Amino acid sequence: MTTTDPSTTAREPQGKRRLGDLLFAGSAKGSGILILLILAGVAAFLIGQSFDSLSANTANFFTTKEWDANTRDAPAFGVAALAFGTVLAAATALVIATPIAVGIALFIVYYAPRRLASILGYVVDLLAAIPSVVYGLWGIGWLVKQLGPFYTSLEQYLGWIPMFAGPVSTTGRTMLSASIVLAVMILPIITAMSRDVFQQVPQAHREASLALGATRWEMIRMAVIPFGRPGIIGGAMLGLGRALGETMAVAMILSPQLVISWMVLQSGNQTIAAHIALQYPEATGYGVSALISAGLVLFAITLVVNMGARFIVARRKEFA
Amino acid sequence: MTTTTKGSATEMPGDGPPPSQKSLLTGSLPRYAAPALLAATAALAAGVLLAFGALGIAQFAVFTVIAYAVVISIASRVVENRRQATDRLVTTIVYACFGLAMVPLVSLLWTVLSEGLARLDLYFLTVSMNGVTPSMDAGGVYHAIVGTIAITGLAAVISIPIGLLTSIYLVEYGQGRLKQAITFFVDVMTGIPSIVAGLFVVALWMMIFGPGKTNGAAGAIALSVLMIPVVVRSCEEMLRLVPNELREASYALGVPKWLTVVKVVLPTAIAGITTGVMLALARVIGETAPLILTAGSSAVAINWNLFNGQMMSLPVFIYSQVRMGGAINYERAWAAALALIVVVMLLFFLARLVSRFFAPNLSR
Repeated sequence: MTTTDPSTTAREPQGKRRLGDLLFAGSAKGSGILILLILAGVAAFLIGQSFDSLSANTANFFTTKEWDANTRDAPAFGVAALAFGTVLAAATALVIATPIAVGIALFIVYYAPRRLASILGYVVDLLAAIPSVVYGLWGIGWLVKQLGPFYTSLEQYLGWIPMFAGPVSTTGRTMLSASIVLAVMILPIITAMSRDVFQQVPQAHREASLALGATRWEMIRMAVIPFGRPGIIGGAMLGLGRALGETMAVAMILSPQLVISWMVLQSGNQTIAAHIALQYPEATGYGVSALISAGLVLFAITLVVNMGARFIVARRKEFA
Repeated sequence: MTTTTKGSATEMPGDGPPPSQKSLLTGSLPRYAAPALLAATAALAAGVLLAFGALGIAQFAVFTVIAYAVVISIASRVVENRRQATDRLVTTIVYACFGLAMVPLVSLLWTVLSEGLARLDLYFLTVSMNGVTPSMDAGGVYHAIVGTIAITGLAAVISIPIGLLTSIYLVEYGQGRLKQAITFFVDVMTGIPSIVAGLFVVALWMMIFGPGKTNGAAGAIALSVLMIPVVVRSCEEMLRLVPNELREASYALGVPKWLTVVKVVLPTAIAGITTGVMLALARVIGETAPLILTAGSSAVAINWNLFNGQMMSLPVFIYSQVRMGGAINYERAWAAALALIVVVMLLFFLARLVSRFFAPNLSR
């Protein structure tokens, strides 16, 4: 309170110190610090509780695929398969969602009539507000049944690509189904972010390219996309962060198996988040502690992705 | 359908003599070309699919869009030029993207509505699952509604003061390193996976109360970890919108800073703050994963006590019913999903209404 920052131009006049001011400023600052403490606490408690099982683990935590932790003697578990599944599911979702999201954002900003565009903005926000468990229910109760024939023909015509090799799972509870639902869930995030940057493209840039005789697509390619690229990348990475940590859609749809497999049309693979949700109710022995160490890995992955996204977005703000 | 910008339909003239035989408007498809071609390709798609006996909505839509994209590109290439053809192709793709994105939204709302209405009635909303054996055609979500209200309520009571005070600190008081650190870590906190928030409370509870202790308060704390950053973000944005002139006028009248914040800044921004808080509530009310870990997933009886025993909530109810997997379980899950979506949408639209009708007029 007593320090005067030389960078602030208007120096605060030294007035009477009031109790109310001190209390209010103190509690405001206190809750700010509390947030930092909570975040530090999240990291500290996860590390503290995972230590227990990690030191008892008889296998290499990072290279083992099996999860044999619900015991008191010689637990052997690792996150290799889980981490692979997490990244595979999120990356597939991102590949599906990003082009469509950019398309929707372009539609809302440059193609749709003005009135329709504002309604569509609401609809996108609404999609983001639907709880993930409802997406999961929709996925398992409706979508997987519709996808069955699609998968069969995908395997029939594209089966020579190793990823789409058969035999196709008969239930449709595959990695690809989970990824499609994840894609639907991150679509609004990427769309909202891209839409925001597209709206900020200077009108002069767009009019200049149109005045030079550019078609609408040429205007978008030459004026809008270069300006909006950091926003698209930042939005995609935020979406990736969400997809990495998403639990319910995967836990409800995928029929899990602790393997490392690229075959997205067969049942198998598992993500960290879904594994924790499914295993936790039955965890005994070192089980809970082992799940916490898996959560720590997930926390680290999402932290890196999110900080990268924020960095890209913040840098754009500085230059814009 | 759309009409592309007509003025740019010709090629850019070079320095040499202009292609005199071309007027500005020749060499462009007539306005009715796009809808006419679309209708034609739709008819073609229906015909071909009928001939092969494979007529379904999905196949029809995909076939039509692809056929239309090909036909319009070729037509534009022949009549207009390559650049116009590309533009028309991209226009088709962008419209298709939009149409594709509407599929999940419409189908999700439609399935939840049609499947959920079958079971969602007063009985379902007012009884719990206590004493309901798996095969019984009975039971409801009252205990889950109770849990959702109690847990989300406590989460709101924890998060709103902390979030609001932090945003006040960031906007009115903060400076230097601490402000930067808080801004940055609030952003980081927004990205914490919900299951990790749940694990955090599990670890915390294990340290304090020993293993295996689940209750509603634990769930509320996990939800707070997810809710606080959202509240901070939205309140901060709203406080920044309050014009500085209002603060300066208040200081000029000799009002202390804290009273200026409480009596001038907050009332001006209250509509936006309310909206932000409601949207944050709408987000955490559907959170499932942290509650499975902290409040338990097997409670069947009504429990108002946040500090003792497992507590069911609407999202966890949906999840645990799906895990059981019988037909009756799915019926219950759909009905509960409908109830949950109605609550979320109510919060969502109320928030929009508040921000529209109670926002102060800052235009002058």
